[in-house]
Amino acid sequence: MRAEARLGFILLLTPLLLWLTLLIIIPHIDMFLISIRERVAVRTYETGFANYLTFFTEPLYLVTFMRTALMSVLATVMTLIIAFPVSYYIAKIAKGRLQSALFLLCLVPFWVSELVRTFGWMILLRETGIFSNLLQFVGIVDGPVEMLYNDTAMMVGLIYTSMLFMVVPLVTTLESLDDSVIEAGYDLGGNAITVTREIVIPHATPGIVSGCIVVFMLSLGNYLTPTMLGGKESLWFTELIYSQFIVRFNWELGAAFGFLLLGLSSFIVWIALRLTGQTLEKTMG
Amino acid sequence: MKRYTNKLKLSLTVAALSVAGFAGTASAETLRILTWGGYAPDSVVDMFTAETGIDVEVTKSNNEEMIAKLRATGGGGFDLAQPSQDRISGPQAEFDIYKPIDMSKIDTSLFVASMLDATKSNTMIGSDVYGLPHVWGTSGLVVDTAKAGGVKDYLDLCGSDVAGKVSYRLKRPTLIGFAFAMGMDPFAAYGDAAAYKGIIDKVEAKLIECKSGVKTYWGGGDELMGLMRSGEVVASMAWDTGGWKLNADNADITFVAPASGALGWIDTFALPRKTKAEDAAYKWINFVMQPKIAAMITAEAGNFTSSLGADDFASAELKARFQGSFPPADVDNIKWYPTVPAGLEAIEGAALDRVKAAK
Repeated sequence: MRAEARLGFILLLTPLLLWLTLLIIIPHIDMFLISIRERVAVRTYETGFANYLTFFTEPLYLVTFMRTALMSVLATVMTLIIAFPVSYYIAKIAKGRLQSALFLLCLVPFWVSELVRTFGWMILLRETGIFSNLLQFVGIVDGPVEMLYNDTAMMVGLIYTSMLFMVVPLVTTLESLDDSVIEAGYDLGGNAITVTREIVIPHATPGIVSGCIVVFMLSLGNYLTPTMLGGKESLWFTELIYSQFIVRFNWELGAAFGFLLLGLSSFIVWIALRLTGQTLEKTMG
Repeated sequence: MKRYTNKLKLSLTVAALSVAGFAGTASAETLRILTWGGYAPDSVVDMFTAETGIDVEVTKSNNEEMIAKLRATGGGGFDLAQPSQDRISGPQAEFDIYKPIDMSKIDTSLFVASMLDATKSNTMIGSDVYGLPHVWGTSGLVVDTAKAGGVKDYLDLCGSDVAGKVSYRLKRPTLIGFAFAMGMDPFAAYGDAAAYKGIIDKVEAKLIECKSGVKTYWGGGDELMGLMRSGEVVASMAWDTGGWKLNADNADITFVAPASGALGWIDTFALPRKTKAEDAAYKWINFVMQPKIAAMITAEAGNFTSSLGADDFASAELKARFQGSFPPADVDNIKWYPTVPAGLEAIEGAALDRVKAAK
């Protein structure tokens, strides 16, 4: 019997192991080997860390790197601020049909692809777009206004794209909070602020942290939104990686950038877990 | 324990084989072409399949993606590619992704002799020829003449009268075009990396200075069309066909050959190194270079081909647009791209990144 159980375990584990080895581990080893290759002349390469050195000596790359990280953190915080009341309403205040309907409304935009959603924002924000025409019609502005191709437009896009990934974990954790605990808080003399601070947020912390991790990773690794909505002003780090690989044929530098991005995102997530006193096990379990 | 490891090995083998099986389903009777939009129109593909029985799979791409795709597979996955002639010998030297063309399989009488010779010599490594000319055209300016009649050269895109209403790509043609407009000759400096870097540095400074007047850097042809049609952009760098297409919708918008010279390109036929349907590729080349077929491609892509005698079949409308944009003196002034030596892309890339990041 035991042998059969172990066979079952191995069979169940196989897809996961295949997935991890073939799609994650082997490509990363290969990427790392490419990243420590220096091109010295046509078809001759040497092993070394010159590509990583390039990153630290060229201010442009470092600045873009920091900018991407800071903007992603900002996008995460803003997503949390917007998503928290929404999730609280869905989980605690709305009941029955309304609850499901509201949850569905958060989900519906994700039935179309990210590309289409981003195009939607472009149609709304562009100079000859809906907002611009509306403002002129109402008489608030005289001429067409350009709202596209700047950091704000990009931020709007990023937050919109990642909203669902914050709402879902928050709703799940908030639903598990017993209403009587909140009532007890009020009975003991708490007001909305103290109850939120002392009861709701501590209970929701695992959801907040896991939502933040997902949203941060999605924003950091987003390529489409910064490229399309950010236009000429916004250089995103993923865009740099793409152009090194595809446009400049410089796979070596692109691979090094990829590893630095991996390191940066892991580091920021680690810091965030440390600051909030959470562990990965607690958040995911 | 040994038993389980064997089982694990077995399941791994099965998985690996099934992956390999999926990859190998494309039959030998299929010609996989990696090309630009409009170069293999459905009408031509259908005629070819009817005549030869070979199925054609068309993948649309651009120069950089073509090279990146072929590099990723070491020249596999496609049977015929159509990169520009200046982008063949550099990547070939660096990545070994193409296969020499067997000239005995090509009906050279179908080609305009001068273009064939020029492309052959530009794509030659040793005595091997790697590219044959197919479609050619130019890039320059697309201008809404009613709103920005003053734009005659690349540098006019920085003018204050069109500020906020211009666009261009952040790619090498922009660097080259601006360099010529600033009175320098980047092509002459191709052989000397230091001199070339000097030129690119100056262009970079100019592009950063001009950045505040740029609406956005366009990425794809459709994006540019949208910007020009809506009137949000009144002048841009673009291909001649883009201008002529817009001209058909709005008579004010047209392609203008810049005073410092339009940039001429030739897209080629090249064989990926691991082509699996070489004979089919030769058949395709000889088929599409027939004057009547070439004229069909011209009608679709908007650009002329190097097929001898195909001009007789081209539409009068297209010829009129070409002559409108290119008075004879401007044709002589076209700057044809010479072969890009390996390594220059890194200089250009760093400059373009800095322009993009600049405020």
